[in-house]
Amino acid sequence: MTKTMKTLALVLLATTALAACGKKKIDNIPPQADNTDYGTPQDNGGGAGQIIPGSQEDFLAAVGMNGDRIFFDTDRFNVDTADQATLQSQAQWLARYPNKRIVIEGHCDERGTRDYNLALGERRANAAKNYLASLGVDASRIQTVSYGKERPAAEGSNEQAWAQNRRAVTITVM
Amino acid sequence: MKKYTILSLLLAASGGLASPQFAIAQTTPADDSEPELIEVDVEARVRKVAVPSFVSPTSAETPAGNTNALARQIAEVIASDLRGSGLFEPIGPSGLRAITLGEVTAPEYGYWKGRNADQLIEGFIKAGADGNLTVGCYLYDLGTTQEVTRLGFVVPPKEWRRAAHKCADAIYSKMTGELPFFDSRIAYIAETGPKGKRVKRLAIMDSDGANHRFITNGQATALTPRFSPNYKSILYLSYQDGNPRIYVYDVDSGKQRLITASKNPTFAPRWSPDGQTILYSMAVGGNTDVYKITAAGGGTPVRLTTAPGIDVGGSFSPDGKQVVFESDRGGNQQVYVMSADGGNQKRISFGAGRHATPEWSPRGDLIAFTRIAGDFRVGVMSPDGSGERMLTDSWQDEAPTWAPNGRVIQFFRTEKNSGKTGIWQVDLTGRNERKLPTPVDGSDPAWGPVLP
Repeated sequence: MTKTMKTLALVLLATTALAACGKKKIDNIPPQADNTDYGTPQDNGGGAGQIIPGSQEDFLAAVGMNGDRIFFDTDRFNVDTADQATLQSQAQWLARYPNKRIVIEGHCDERGTRDYNLALGERRANAAKNYLASLGVDASRIQTVSYGKERPAAEGSNEQAWAQNRRAVTITVM
Repeated sequence: MKKYTILSLLLAASGGLASPQFAIAQTTPADDSEPELIEVDVEARVRKVAVPSFVSPTSAETPAGNTNALARQIAEVIASDLRGSGLFEPIGPSGLRAITLGEVTAPEYGYWKGRNADQLIEGFIKAGADGNLTVGCYLYDLGTTQEVTRLGFVVPPKEWRRAAHKCADAIYSKMTGELPFFDSRIAYIAETGPKGKRVKRLAIMDSDGANHRFITNGQATALTPRFSPNYKSILYLSYQDGNPRIYVYDVDSGKQRLITASKNPTFAPRWSPDGQTILYSMAVGGNTDVYKITAAGGGTPVRLTTAPGIDVGGSFSPDGKQVVFESDRGGNQQVYVMSADGGNQKRISFGAGRHATPEWSPRGDLIAFTRIAGDFRVGVMSPDGSGERMLTDSWQDEAPTWAPNGRVIQFFRTEKNSGKTGIWQVDLTGRNERKLPTPVDGSDPAWGPVLP
């Protein structure tokens, strides 16, 4: 119970932080993948706001701020050291919940042509998938989907926004 | 290869015809000639053409409205088409006097010269007993005081705009020496909603934006449509099942099917010029290559590229023997050409920046592309990569598609920050650029051939 309360507090903190700076500088905010469908959150009868172990909320709390995503350089799809740490954290959570499956979304910034970005998003999602698989996550648990430049997380047209949009986001599914 | 030219049947001027006679304009494939690089005369003079309202000798009600109203609307569509090409400066029908039926075949040259026009378009519309409309149109040169061409069309009332487009096409062809393109249709993606969550719907319209129709409801993101050469089907990408996959949509039945049973993502669809083959890109394990498959369905996909890197997009040459596509195998996006069986792959783009979204002109003489060098601009080059030049200059112009005559290009333009999009049109001079009217934002235009 203590542990649950702790993670809850973390999430609240993160949310508050997001809301606070969201008003000032929207380009800086990587929204918590509000475009994506997490599936229906399970309600096991716990109190409001309680995090269900193994849920998407639990995953987000476990991997920490932006721990659900890795970022890429322009036109690149390599998993760098920082990305490896993020994916290792994801893999640890996935090891705890071996029945959970995930979808990895590959995204690009708007400064690419549409079809190429669909291909590049697929590459990025697969790069994340392959690294997770190398950490022992069964590849059959991992699906990929490329959104190309169709679903930017940050809406600005500047380097800061584009850096946030060149990403692969892990989403847990029931 | 679909090339069309209007064959206008010129009627003998002699014979003392009391009223004009008509022949239905026919479209027939032209000879397959060697592709040639056309020199574009950027200094071509804009032609001033007077377009008074057509004559409706007998007022009649039709399902498309009264013939008196249609007579004026036809002149408006012709003037709008010609103006949109950038090569004409139509005068009227607004502000011009009404003409008589007699004038249609015996124009008052002196009067119209006095209106500061170079050419004159006159015509009439009649409702027939069978419910069809007969539309006649005549082009006169006011300098030589000679008839240039005359055409007649019998059309169902709901297709009255097509008669106007055919008339404008004939005049455009006569005056410019280029093939027609107004009587054609466009498939595109209609966009609404905030940048981070755009709603994208498949939509179709006439080349001038009329007869607009949404096809999908926006629940699933739709992208990159292409009309089949016979306009019966549309290839497009949909996230309908959660993944990007290409569907063939049947326009009449409204039904659609996947082009391949593969569970891998498929995108960037194109028809072969004969409509028998579909070119597409497919990612397998993150690696994208170009494939083709029989359009009828049930065939086995043929993989055309195997190089490491992203091979994507592609467009057939008009004779169907070659494919132009893009690849980043050399480090970044560049344009390559290969045989339709995948052989003889070679890079053709060597200009500054990256080159993407190549699209072979239906005339064969040029390849249009998106150049990424800082900003995104639309340009053209010869199929051997020579003669590269830019036609547009904006923050993000992307995805050219050719008019059926290979002399005009549409593309979409994205605004910085807002992400708002619009469909634009430019001719090969790069001078005549304009935005197409669409009910909402638009992207991914795909121009179909001239209608039969």
